[in-house]
Amino acid sequence: MYKTLRATLLAIYAAIILVPCMIVITGAFKSDFEIYTKPLALPTAWSLKNFHKLFVESNIARPFMNSVIVSAFSVFFTLLFASLAAYSIARLVTLTGRILFLLFSLGLAIPGQVNIIPIYHLFVNLHLNNSLLGLILVNIALTLPISIFILSAFFKDLPKEMFECAGMDGAGQFRIYRSIALPLSKPALGATAIFLFVICWNDLLYPLMLITETAKKTLPLILIDYKGEYFTSYSMQFAAILVASLPMVVMYLFMQRTFQAGLTAGAVKG
Amino acid sequence: MALPAFLVYASLYLYPALSNLLYATQRWDGITKPTFTGLRNLTYLTTQDDLFRKALGNNLRFMLVVVLFQTAFALLFATFLLKNSKTNIFLRIVFFFPTILSSVSVGIIWTFLYDPSYGSITAFLKAIGMGSHAPLWLGNERITLYSIALTQVWFHTGQMIVIYVAGLQQIPKELYEAADVDGASRWQQFKGITWPMALPTTAVVVAYTTIQTFRAFDLIFAMTGGGPSYASEILVTQIYNNAFISQKFGYASAESVILVALVLFITWLQRKSLRLNDGTK
Repeated sequence: MYKTLRATLLAIYAAIILVPCMIVITGAFKSDFEIYTKPLALPTAWSLKNFHKLFVESNIARPFMNSVIVSAFSVFFTLLFASLAAYSIARLVTLTGRILFLLFSLGLAIPGQVNIIPIYHLFVNLHLNNSLLGLILVNIALTLPISIFILSAFFKDLPKEMFECAGMDGAGQFRIYRSIALPLSKPALGATAIFLFVICWNDLLYPLMLITETAKKTLPLILIDYKGEYFTSYSMQFAAILVASLPMVVMYLFMQRTFQAGLTAGAVKG
Repeated sequence: MALPAFLVYASLYLYPALSNLLYATQRWDGITKPTFTGLRNLTYLTTQDDLFRKALGNNLRFMLVVVLFQTAFALLFATFLLKNSKTNIFLRIVFFFPTILSSVSVGIIWTFLYDPSYGSITAFLKAIGMGSHAPLWLGNERITLYSIALTQVWFHTGQMIVIYVAGLQQIPKELYEAADVDGASRWQQFKGITWPMALPTTAVVVAYTTIQTFRAFDLIFAMTGGGPSYASEILVTQIYNNAFISQKFGYASAESVILVALVLFITWLQRKSLRLNDGTK
């Protein structure tokens, strides 16, 4: 009885996840008429028309590259700044460290989305709207608190003795950070990197507010544009979703564990 | 060593958060000089703005529905997938998959599924002979919010399953073995062991899900933009619309101050009730 119930529910849930995915994947290669009449069937002829249109007419490569640039720089600098700060908070137990930690914890409590109005005006004044640099700066600021939280918890769990020995051998704090703390925390850094990458790659709110020039738009923003432009053609929208999700999906296929660790670390540690 | 982080954080997080408080006391269209109006924005919002009340109500209903169903489903499926067998690990990977997609992609996929003429859900209902009952999922004011809530649950349950599995695997096996010896049924084991032992994990799942529902801007913007007639408007979408569509920047800032207070209050409430349940107060 329990076994049948379990198997049935698992099968239904798996179908609810996989069927929409199949509709999108096959739909990108179909005509719209085929999507409406036979959403689940394989395409009668695999057509690359939609992709041709996306890359040639709409130049989706542009927003794709913008997303790559914004995500890569945001993740790199967040990790760098956060690991430095987390190291000093976790290993140098001083008053400043504690105050810093409190300040960053404040950022965990205030949802970053409530800052849209002041950030918008600040960035317009600094001419950082319509700039990828602006998006990168916003991403770093928004993801620093949670990254510091995850990394400092990890640094605290590393064995004290290693740091003490290195200190006695005359290594400076920066040297200890670089040669001991960082190499030992590769798994945590990897998981945090994935977590940050997913956030930056998928974010809509801040690009929506800060970017109006087509040449600077990122993928989520361009998907919203396509939704309006091709509202009669789901096959086009599906093709665009495939292109926009491909890097994440490929990475997920190879690193499911890191993804699962990264995307749940924020919850468990926070 | 913390200096770079502190500089970025102070100038692009703390400073904006503080200036938000200042904006909240002003009437400002974003172009002309702002005028100081004191607490008028706040009092108007809380006493006279029906749309704010509607968005607040939507936000709370959205939160309750998503937290309830997402947590229940996640716990149920985590108990199904507890053992690290090959099938279970594979299924966890499948269920987790939507989490890596963008809200915009998920929103577009579900806009199609909910499409009244061509969508797969309507097609499915027709196939099982219930086509005449198919409502306008995103067009009917009374159900739009719940349709989006269902999408949100589809989107993030897998993530919560993974959190639950990690938590449930910490429960000592001996407890279940002893219960088996005593002849306890599965339901009794769940009630007596799994549920109380998983309370700390439940707290994490509930807190995280709550925050996610307050951040659902991207999904709602991609699916309905808050419509029809504000039926799916939540606080963040309303703040966005008030500021960037209606150019009422001061007013929108006041609203975001209320949002912060609300999120802090709910977080505090959940922590408190959890600790009481936990007995470790």
